[in-house]
Amino acid sequence: MFEKLFAGGDTNSLTMDAPHPASLLDSGVQGVISRPIDRVEGPLKVSGTATYAAEYRLDDMVHGVLVGAKIGHGTVESIDCDAVKLMPGVIDVVIDFDTFIRNSQQGGETNAPTQGVKEVDYFGQIVAIVLADSFENARAAAQALPIHYTKKDGHYAFEEHRDEAEPCQDSQVQGYYKQGDVDKALAEAPVTLDVTYVTPSQNSAAMEPHASIAVWNDDALTLYGSYQMPTSDAEQLAKSLGVPKDKVRIISRYIGGGFGSKLGIAPESVAAAIASRRLGRPVKAVMARQQVFDATVRRSNTEQRVRFAAGTDGRLTAVAHNSLTSNLPEETYFEPVGICTHFLYSGENRSITHDQVTLNILLSGSMRAPGEAVGMVGLECAMDELAETLGMDPIELRKVNDPDRDPEQDVPFSSRQLSRSLEEGAKMFGWDQRNRTPGSRREGEWLIGIGVSSAARSNMLQQSSAKVEIHPDGSATVSSAMTDIGTGSYTIMAQIASEILGIPVERITMSLGDTNDPPAAGSGGSWGAASAGSAVYLACERLREKLAAAMDVDVDVLTLKDGMAIGDNRQKAISDLVGEGMQALGEIKPGKNEKLHRQASYGAHFAEVGVNAVTGEVRVRRMLGVFAAGRILNAKTARSQCLGGMTFGIGCALTEDLIHDQRTGKLVNRDLAEYHVPVNADVPQLDVHFLDERDIHANPIHAKGIGELGICGAAPAIVNAVYNACGVRVREMPITCDKLLAGLPPV
Amino acid sequence: MKTFQYARADSAETAVQEAIAQGAKFIAGGTNLLDLMKLQVETPEKLVDITRLPLGEIEQREDGGLTIGALVPNSDLAADRRVIDGYEVLSRALLAGASGQLRNKATTAGNLLQRTRCYYFYDTASPCNKREPGSGCGAIGGFNRILAVLGTSESCIASHPSDMAVAMRALDATIVTLKSDGDRRRIAIGDFYRLPGNTPHIETALEPGELITAIELPAPVEGAKHLYRKVRDRASYAFALVSVAGVVKMDGDTIASAALAFGGLGTMPWRDAGVEAALVGQPATTATFEAAADALLADARGYGSNDFKIPLARRTLIASLRDLTGR
Amino acid sequence: MHFTINGRSYEADIDVRTSLLDLCREHLELTGSKKGCDHGQCGACTMLVNGRRVNSCLTLAVMHQDDEIVTIEGLGQVGNLHPLQDAFVRHDGYQCGYCTPGQICSAVGMLDEVKKGWPSHVTGDLHDAELSDAEISERMSGNICRCAAYPNIVDAIREVAGMGDRDPVLKTAAEIGA
Repeated sequence: MFEKLFAGGDTNSLTMDAPHPASLLDSGVQGVISRPIDRVEGPLKVSGTATYAAEYRLDDMVHGVLVGAKIGHGTVESIDCDAVKLMPGVIDVVIDFDTFIRNSQQGGETNAPTQGVKEVDYFGQIVAIVLADSFENARAAAQALPIHYTKKDGHYAFEEHRDEAEPCQDSQVQGYYKQGDVDKALAEAPVTLDVTYVTPSQNSAAMEPHASIAVWNDDALTLYGSYQMPTSDAEQLAKSLGVPKDKVRIISRYIGGGFGSKLGIAPESVAAAIASRRLGRPVKAVMARQQVFDATVRRSNTEQRVRFAAGTDGRLTAVAHNSLTSNLPEETYFEPVGICTHFLYSGENRSITHDQVTLNILLSGSMRAPGEAVGMVGLECAMDELAETLGMDPIELRKVNDPDRDPEQDVPFSSRQLSRSLEEGAKMFGWDQRNRTPGSRREGEWLIGIGVSSAARSNMLQQSSAKVEIHPDGSATVSSAMTDIGTGSYTIMAQIASEILGIPVERITMSLGDTNDPPAAGSGGSWGAASAGSAVYLACERLREKLAAAMDVDVDVLTLKDGMAIGDNRQKAISDLVGEGMQALGEIKPGKNEKLHRQASYGAHFAEVGVNAVTGEVRVRRMLGVFAAGRILNAKTARSQCLGGMTFGIGCALTEDLIHDQRTGKLVNRDLAEYHVPVNADVPQLDVHFLDERDIHANPIHAKGIGELGICGAAPAIVNAVYNACGVRVREMPITCDKLLAGLPPV
Repeated sequence: MKTFQYARADSAETAVQEAIAQGAKFIAGGTNLLDLMKLQVETPEKLVDITRLPLGEIEQREDGGLTIGALVPNSDLAADRRVIDGYEVLSRALLAGASGQLRNKATTAGNLLQRTRCYYFYDTASPCNKREPGSGCGAIGGFNRILAVLGTSESCIASHPSDMAVAMRALDATIVTLKSDGDRRRIAIGDFYRLPGNTPHIETALEPGELITAIELPAPVEGAKHLYRKVRDRASYAFALVSVAGVVKMDGDTIASAALAFGGLGTMPWRDAGVEAALVGQPATTATFEAAADALLADARGYGSNDFKIPLARRTLIASLRDLTGR
Repeated sequence: MHFTINGRSYEADIDVRTSLLDLCREHLELTGSKKGCDHGQCGACTMLVNGRRVNSCLTLAVMHQDDEIVTIEGLGQVGNLHPLQDAFVRHDGYQCGYCTPGQICSAVGMLDEVKKGWPSHVTGDLHDAELSDAEISERMSGNICRCAAYPNIVDAIREVAGMGDRDPVLKTAAEIGA
């Protein structure tokens, strides 16, 4: 995917095979890095002029409305297209049983997702697209389209099929890991815990529904899509359509949220592309909200058995985290529930396993912090339970089990401030106000409790590139197929370029989200800023060298600030050094260094909740997140990322629950009225505190991922606070009032 | 959405004439009707736009009561000083419902006619006796967390979603209508809603083409305390799991009068004379409140995922009565 | 059909089924208002109709031919932002930006409702509606932000409503000696 890079001296490529202790972001004097500057694209967003996928106007465009199967499992025998072709405005009904994709693709894959839709594997699977001259006509015909099926029995109920679970094969994460003898340790330990936590399926529910506009120019496709990873998405799309990958261009300038649901291509993209090719006209296909729920991707439900063996001093001797998840037939992705259990706490005997139940329920895939977001519910709530069993402070228990080196591989941590996060957070939040006895603080009808959780998220680096050009007028352009899904990429990439080149942010034009620009990792897994940001760094590093050469000074004595180059007691405008323009390409690749160190970001979550003693309603009163994630590139946008993650934690703990009818596999609550994401009134003032950190092992900008750390541990902090408030230990998420009622005091 | 004929009415009389047509429906706020039309749960052949009718005023009557025009938006009704002063339970119920945007659009009459949020009613691929008589009920034996535990039948357990209508029941509202033959009639809210029985598609006493023109409230109960308590899954913008609308007047330690209605529990905005009988003339004690809860829930039946509503209703009612009686 | 949007006259030949939102997005090149759910469950489509905030997805365009409609494009433009638009930028009252036009239109309508003395669900004495953080949050709950910029949205609205900064709820790092 990276052969578009241009060769020669204009490319500065770095493979992270070794630490990178020096960073130009520390020696830069522009003074813009890390500062809380406003988003550079902000005025476009607040004025409604940022262009999202469905908002491009193309001549002769056709409206496409997708049609989903109305059975949970079976075969499409026929689709009676003629029955709707005479309806007003209908142009065509496009069916392609072989090429339509059965489900979305996972993020970063370079192959097509499972294709073929004649066999229906889940309710809502997209089987046709109806095309008309207006949205209203297309929708009416789509609703009227007769489809004939042969139904088959399906596997819809997780509980019924849980015993048929199969071990997960290693993919990006290990399916099975065993170390030492957990059973023996459990048998011998003075203190043990064995609890099972359950989390339901969830939906990313990004505000912008999946949308694509497809247009062909001869044999080349341009797709305006809402996609997080255009570089790999274009490959997926090309493979799905059977065209060379250089014939597919994806443009995703603005993306109305993704949270994992737009990592890989979704069914509307292929349907729009096929329809457009057939009609010879641009086709717009926007998923209805119900279709986003039915037929894109969910986070798997999980069942997590957590067992601990500990000494009376709280030191863990065994950690077992054994999970069940679910997915469609033939899909190998599994929710990596135990991902952070590998490295969060010590304990010489370990068992971290994943088994998958095959269900006829839509695809499960990545949603914000796959693994940790729900896996930490099991792990961190179990830690709270163990602390209580031991009669120990939950923070103290975590601190005594904070290892010096990775507990599984014999490698050091690249940087790790877990205990410090817990300590500082405890002081800031007023942890000492916590009553050890649950249910002992009451204000009127409200029982008040405080909870804590560690935060941890694996850090990743993905191959990425970016081009930086300095123009003759001294302004610059940064271009990359990186995306900004609300994460702040536009802004932090401009800040990195500004800091190193000494060109004010206002003079830097950003071009992101177009696969015609140098390939990049895109937004996912919290790797975006570090990966694409490092690519910008490297391009700028090369430009610094070229500017030094143009000025005939040693690069080490070159200072760039406010458009001026200074060195050897000389000063020149950058615009005077670049001639017809100067450009360079930066490229970062992961290397050996990620094996030599365990890389992750850390933190601590604190939550105070009120549980209504009459009704069991839970309301979060305040939360604090303390985070250490390497260099913070923009204090404002980083904080916002954390606020967002913490709020996802509120949803995970209290409200979000995708419910499939166990008889039919149909998603029951497939809209935003009944799938409850937190609203403004659910979210109190949240506080975010960053610890100062640089991670020289991660990348040249010394930053680690921040987009997901805020959710990792947020939910268990709330769950633990609910227990502290009312003494009811709920092990099945979300904690809706019905699960607390029986344990509440009499009215 | 199926296409339809659109007609704008300029008087109530022409509106009901327009609505004689087969498959005609009135549209005002449209917040529920269009929601359902987009899913083809509702498929009217004609929409009669009544938003220009002069039915948007709230008037004080000589008997001390209030006449609320059918088109008064929910937000205006909630903020009206006369409503706040005499019928606080109504303001509170309105403000507990939906969102600011929806309350600006939704009308008083339309709110009364809101249709259930039952998942299976909303999904045209599911059986639903309310949407398609005779097709069966997906909710019984399915997921029914938000559905009714009172007034259900073998055909239907759909709950009524309105908050406002619950307050209207507690306030003994009367619904004033105009029929297509020009007759006007007044329907007590207690007679307005229908239990599902084996005809769950018939939800109210309205005849085809009959237009609600106003809602009348009797004079306020002097010296009564008002309460609307709503239990829900989110802090805002969510339908009631259980709600209690109460208007209670005390005479010393004794409950002099009580009007209580319930949301989230019933197949219609629920009121039970037995609850009030258990309260009136009794001392405001926990035993009295428990007797009222017993009366309310004697015939309650859970369907699995909504079983919790029964203990939740009991607790919520007892706590509400404590507030209402100052105990 | 004739429409007045952002003070400008538009003629459009549209289907009776066309929502006010789709009229703007699909026919008039006013794509600032967003479609998030199309069922009044998210608020991304919020516009001001005769000064009142409404969900434009849940109303038919044909019913608004005599109305004054204001969309995000009419509130302010790049270089000439409305105070709320400007405050949203400075307080980072958004992330992906998709719900943002609806949030801002909603906030404009909401502040006007407060001025009229309209109470809310969290108002204590219904006669006396005064803005607070809890009031802002409740009144803005019809606008979902999945990126969850809610605390920043509240801050932006606080500023425009002249409420000043929030009291810190936590000790600062300096206060704890960190």
